[in-house]
Amino acid sequence: MPKRTDIQSVLVIGSGPIVIGQAAEFDYSGTQACRVLKAEGLRVILVNSNPATIMTDPEIADATYVEPITPEFVEKIIAKERPDALLPTLGGQTALNTAISMHEQGVLEKYGVELIGANVEAIHKGEDRDLFKGVVEAVREKIGHGESARSVICHTMDDVLKGVDTLGGYPVVVRPSFTMGGAGSGFAHDEEELRRIAGQGLTLSPTTEVLLEESILGWKEYELELMRDKHDNVVVVCSIENFDPMGVHTGDSITVAPAMTLTDREYQRLRDIGIAIIREVGVDTGGCNIQFAIDPEDGRIIVIEMNPRVSRSSALASKATGFPIAKIAARLAVGYTLDEIPNDITEKTPASFEPTLDYVVVKAPRFAFEKFPQADSTLTTTMKSVGEAMAIGRNFTEALQKALRSLEKKGSQFAFTGDPGDKAELLREAVRPTDGRINTVMRAIRAGATPEEVFDATKIDPWFVDQLFLIKEIADELAAAERLHPELLAEAKRHGFSDAQIADIRGLREDVVREVRQALGVRPVYKTVDTCAAEFAAKTPYFYSSYDEETEVAEREKPAVIILGSGPNRIGQGIEFDYSCVHASFALHDAGYETVMVNCNPETVSTDYDTSDRLYFEPLTLEDVLEIVHAEAQAGPIAGVVVQLGGQTPLGLAQALKDNGVPVVGTSPEAIHAAEDRGAFGRVLAEAGLPAPKHGTATTFDGAKAIADEIGYPVLVRPSYVLGGRGMEIVYDETRLEAYIAESTEISHDRPVLVDRFLDDAIEIDVDALYDGHELYLGGVMEHIEEAGIHSGDSACALPPITLGGFDIKRLRASTEAIAKGVGVRGLINIQFAMAGDILYVLEANPRASRTVPFTSKATAVPLAKAAARISLGATIAELRDEGLLPKNGDGGTLPLDAPISVKEAVMPWTRFRDVYGRGVDTILGPEMRSTGEVMGIDAVFGTAYAKSQAGAYGPLPTKGRAFISVANRDKRSMIFPARELVAHGFELMATSGTAEVLKRNGINATVVRKQSEGPGPDGERTIVQLIHDGEVDLIVNTPYGTGGRLDGYDIRTAAVARSVPCLTTVQALAAAVQGIEALGHGGVGVRSLQEHAEHLTAARD
Amino acid sequence: MTTALTRGAAKAPAVLVLEDGRIFRGRAYGAVGETFGEAVFSTGMTGYQETLTDPSYHRQVVVMTAPHVGNTGVNDEDPESGRIWVSGYVVRDPARVTSSWRSRRTLDEELAAQGVVGISGVDTRALTRHLRERGAMRVGIFSGETLADEAELLARVKDAPQMKGADLSAEVATKEAYVVPAIGAKKFTVAAVDLGIKGMTPHRMAERGIEVHVLPATATAEDVYAVAPDGVFFSNGPGDPATADGPVSVMRAVLERGTPLFGICFGNQILGRALGFGTYKLKYGHRGINQPVQDRTTGKVEVTAHNHGFAVDAPLDTVSETPYGRAEVSHVCLNDNVVEGLRLLDRPAFSVQYHPEAAAGPHDAAYLFDRFTALMEAERA
Repeated sequence: MPKRTDIQSVLVIGSGPIVIGQAAEFDYSGTQACRVLKAEGLRVILVNSNPATIMTDPEIADATYVEPITPEFVEKIIAKERPDALLPTLGGQTALNTAISMHEQGVLEKYGVELIGANVEAIHKGEDRDLFKGVVEAVREKIGHGESARSVICHTMDDVLKGVDTLGGYPVVVRPSFTMGGAGSGFAHDEEELRRIAGQGLTLSPTTEVLLEESILGWKEYELELMRDKHDNVVVVCSIENFDPMGVHTGDSITVAPAMTLTDREYQRLRDIGIAIIREVGVDTGGCNIQFAIDPEDGRIIVIEMNPRVSRSSALASKATGFPIAKIAARLAVGYTLDEIPNDITEKTPASFEPTLDYVVVKAPRFAFEKFPQADSTLTTTMKSVGEAMAIGRNFTEALQKALRSLEKKGSQFAFTGDPGDKAELLREAVRPTDGRINTVMRAIRAGATPEEVFDATKIDPWFVDQLFLIKEIADELAAAERLHPELLAEAKRHGFSDAQIADIRGLREDVVREVRQALGVRPVYKTVDTCAAEFAAKTPYFYSSYDEETEVAEREKPAVIILGSGPNRIGQGIEFDYSCVHASFALHDAGYETVMVNCNPETVSTDYDTSDRLYFEPLTLEDVLEIVHAEAQAGPIAGVVVQLGGQTPLGLAQALKDNGVPVVGTSPEAIHAAEDRGAFGRVLAEAGLPAPKHGTATTFDGAKAIADEIGYPVLVRPSYVLGGRGMEIVYDETRLEAYIAESTEISHDRPVLVDRFLDDAIEIDVDALYDGHELYLGGVMEHIEEAGIHSGDSACALPPITLGGFDIKRLRASTEAIAKGVGVRGLINIQFAMAGDILYVLEANPRASRTVPFTSKATAVPLAKAAARISLGATIAELRDEGLLPKNGDGGTLPLDAPISVKEAVMPWTRFRDVYGRGVDTILGPEMRSTGEVMGIDAVFGTAYAKSQAGAYGPLPTKGRAFISVANRDKRSMIFPARELVAHGFELMATSGTAEVLKRNGINATVVRKQSEGPGPDGERTIVQLIHDGEVDLIVNTPYGTGGRLDGYDIRTAAVARSVPCLTTVQALAAAVQGIEALGHGGVGVRSLQEHAEHLTAARD
Repeated sequence: MTTALTRGAAKAPAVLVLEDGRIFRGRAYGAVGETFGEAVFSTGMTGYQETLTDPSYHRQVVVMTAPHVGNTGVNDEDPESGRIWVSGYVVRDPARVTSSWRSRRTLDEELAAQGVVGISGVDTRALTRHLRERGAMRVGIFSGETLADEAELLARVKDAPQMKGADLSAEVATKEAYVVPAIGAKKFTVAAVDLGIKGMTPHRMAERGIEVHVLPATATAEDVYAVAPDGVFFSNGPGDPATADGPVSVMRAVLERGTPLFGICFGNQILGRALGFGTYKLKYGHRGINQPVQDRTTGKVEVTAHNHGFAVDAPLDTVSETPYGRAEVSHVCLNDNVVEGLRLLDRPAFSVQYHPEAAAGPHDAAYLFDRFTALMEAERA
């Protein structure tokens, strides 16, 4: 039953900005789907507001709309493109919700667009708790297995309180309907917690619905990934078992594939239930994932939930098995059946089978609690992790230890030296699931805990607990051995011990252990992920290392380029870097190299086996990379290793790789040092005659104090060699400086603290540029909307810059060239400037691909990362201009006057975090980056582009209604004009007394409202926070008076987050928003594809 | 939780020797000693208890491609027969403790108690790839006092009997007939010729109201008809179907009389022979629980459990004329187009090469038992 012939064009909806619970995995899925559909000859129309994705690359779809994913904008796209079909299952909950809403509004019917890959009824059955319960009951009647947890559906707080009695008391689980990543769900142990969690859940749920459920805390947790075709063929692609038992969101759990502790009978029962559910729900074609809980006492099975779409788990399952779920889902959606689709890896066998694994996969979550010190770090049913690492080994211990070191976070690997602490205390600590609980458990084991004690404290399955004991016993043997003999070393490596761990245990240096190990011939082999446990020959070189006997790396003739990826997503190092790595791979493949990708992030496009010629799914530590280089050197010539594109992770390895004789191409490690080391960089600037803010470096408080005294407060302080402004702070006085130095863990003798003069009121500018040693290509100049002092990753910015003139660009170009030359860049460089008064200060330079490369590339229609990769391997900018990879003439600094304006806006994860008292965390921006993702708005004029960026990030800007304004004294002047504009557009203003006074003096009327701290008035007048909660405020402008939660602003901003009211926290953002509101007021905001923008730009360039 | 073996007491060295001279070293697992058989690999990730106790594995040394084996221990419900039949067991990472509410003892203990010699800690993937490329072959596992120099061990392996030409059904089948009663109301009587039957097969029939009379492999047509069957069943079993002349002649008698007939695995090969088709040995067989088989009557694909080293040589796309009327290939394996099922068009007889009773494996093909009852019902009507 081949492809449908009645569909010629299809609209694919992406998932928008990266947020917690909906991340890069949808770029992976979406990219696969778009490529497949295009290969099938369909016209693919894509909408996704996230510029950092591969899927929004102009060559992936035929028409790529970087526009807000709202029903309003998607309708405009449909009206323009008139697609035959809409595929909504590949863009996460965002795409699904948008599609449902368009269906309900009759838009799809109006334009004759068929929903494919899912039907509305099935989506509702799968996602609506009550309907899904009915599905599970129907399944139980048919096959006699599976049930739902006892539960009640509630629509009001009264329902909720009564519901608890029905279920037999606390604890209960609260789950809001139709939210992504389990947002808003949690465990309530008493009425107070219940009121808080359920209250928020009712608000978050688009249908004001929450489910209360019996507690199944501590049960075993499993997931199955299933696929079904229109012929009712169903396969289970993968089983996943959670190391952390029920109670921790699966996105926050360490998970293992395949399931480790099920007999065939129990596994087949889950399979039968899963298949019956996918049929009962009516998923016609495509994938779904189903979660189960099993009572470890008697095997009672509870079906927790299903997602009738491609998900984070399906991306993980695809990487874990080599079975590309999204790709196959796309084929099924256009009419194929599973048996008609070949298995990519064997090429000979069909996709209508179930992968079998001869290895173990472990996924470990990466958290960012350090960025949100107020947030409660207890893991619950609401997902809080920002990324994940996956590792593959031939056994669980190997995979687990590789996964932990892939997390690339201090303390994530097991440590076996030093005092583990008090056993009882550690066991108590292990009861509460947190980031790193597994390390606490290991310490408890080292402190003498028994397997039973560990199980009682954590409910982690006894088999997993024993595996931890096994690791600990090997550590003991390593410590006790007289010398490192080959059998012992091989055994330790077989269970995943890194050279660094062994070195630590033996009191040796890591490089010494490595030398000994290699001299003894203990080296890893590389096995293939082949979907079939070697039953058939694999055609796809998708490798993982293992300390086993036989390697499967084939010899090759073409020179290889090894590209080091960026590891798990974290705040500050996310999908943008994966984008650059993938581009490098494409460009270098086209240039005749054999590309070899190394990465450990299962969410990404880079770890799709289709992306590079060879894929090594491995940790990005020096040891692991050196072994891969060795294996590839045995296989054929190596042209070089690219470290510039994966962010700080590979960059940090550059010098050590070079010291080990590895050919690092592009910017040399010495040049990297010249940009990253303050002293060296200062010399570069001095030679070029470029000013930097006054600064100094110190390793002690006294040193830092002396510098601050000299340059004057406020100062910007931060540790060196970090990404995402980690630990960066604006310090206003000496007391805080002392506290900062005392608290900072990142500062050591080798890693001093940097103290910079903080430039108040400066305009911050980001530049991305290419340099080949002779010529500079200015990729793009971005002007930040927010002033300097807010991390560039959290700041909105515009490209081309909206207030800089030709002279400024000229200065920027000259400075950029001087720095690129002085540092010795070969490839990409990103420089941050600050324009204060008329002086252009250099803030910092990063000799690598930056976070803004994908944005700049899309805004200017030039593939910067591809060019950078080519330059790294020796191409010149002139050659690339001739080839057509770069424009013939001009660059990102000489964009034509009618070039479109692109605005990047950051997306913050505020809704995800609460403090231990259940209050929201403050939402003010600062020098430490906290955004998880970004969107892009692109249009002919700034106002519209900005309005689009806001619509994409937070929901549409209001065009009328009530605006509340409360600003700090220093902002009061700059607030007046935008406030007047708001009134002119028909807004009714509300303000706190101080701000209202200033407005009145300037002839602007504003209603005075009560501060939260004043409490309700004598006649029950509500405070601003109450008004926000009551939905009576449409726009909030609140600039912070100071930091911390002591002031009113905190309550206002957290209320804004809770109610999803647009909240502007800088006056610059207010000014931009006013332009946006004005643009929206004119109506007729249009949509235009990147391809159209590019055509226009190219024409204008020539 | 059972107590972990301390690592100090790690097991004795063991060696695996293939008849082509390739050697793998590891540690003893289960019983210490020596064993011989045909080396085959099984790709199932669950169901080791069912695999070990499946009589079709008689005289085979099974290599598990899944690295972790024994995690759920051994229970009393899941065995497919009264004992472990594999002649040797090869795993990578045996469990040290068990985790299952049904577990009674560890797999290591069970293997040792039943005298099954195994080896752990070998590169099972390398071994599997070797067997895939070179084909199934004879193998020996040696530990303890049986260890000797490599040439000596290889010589012992080469002395072991071959699988081709082996007549093994009688060695594994029941010696005495027995009855598995119908569950609920009895609707049919079936005579099941035991060539190495798995426990789940009569159970699947019993669930459908069938009283199953399990007969020894040596049963004659008279023995079969002595139970007045509504249908006759030929089971799975070990060995080379080319040697199964006895069962083939019994089956011909059944076909003559037109009694509804169903065969599984070895039973499929016997039907093939009874119809005049040949059988042949596959290079490395199908052993696993993830094989895609297409039912050509519906076009649907089922994911199925397989355990066969031999297959029927029948034309895939034409209807064949046989002494019992027209026959066709009803099921094929989509991985390699091996014949997975036969069906007579003019008489009530069919068979499949794979395992609809599952255990271990998916339940997708359970409908075949319904087809069997439907044939019996139609015959009765």
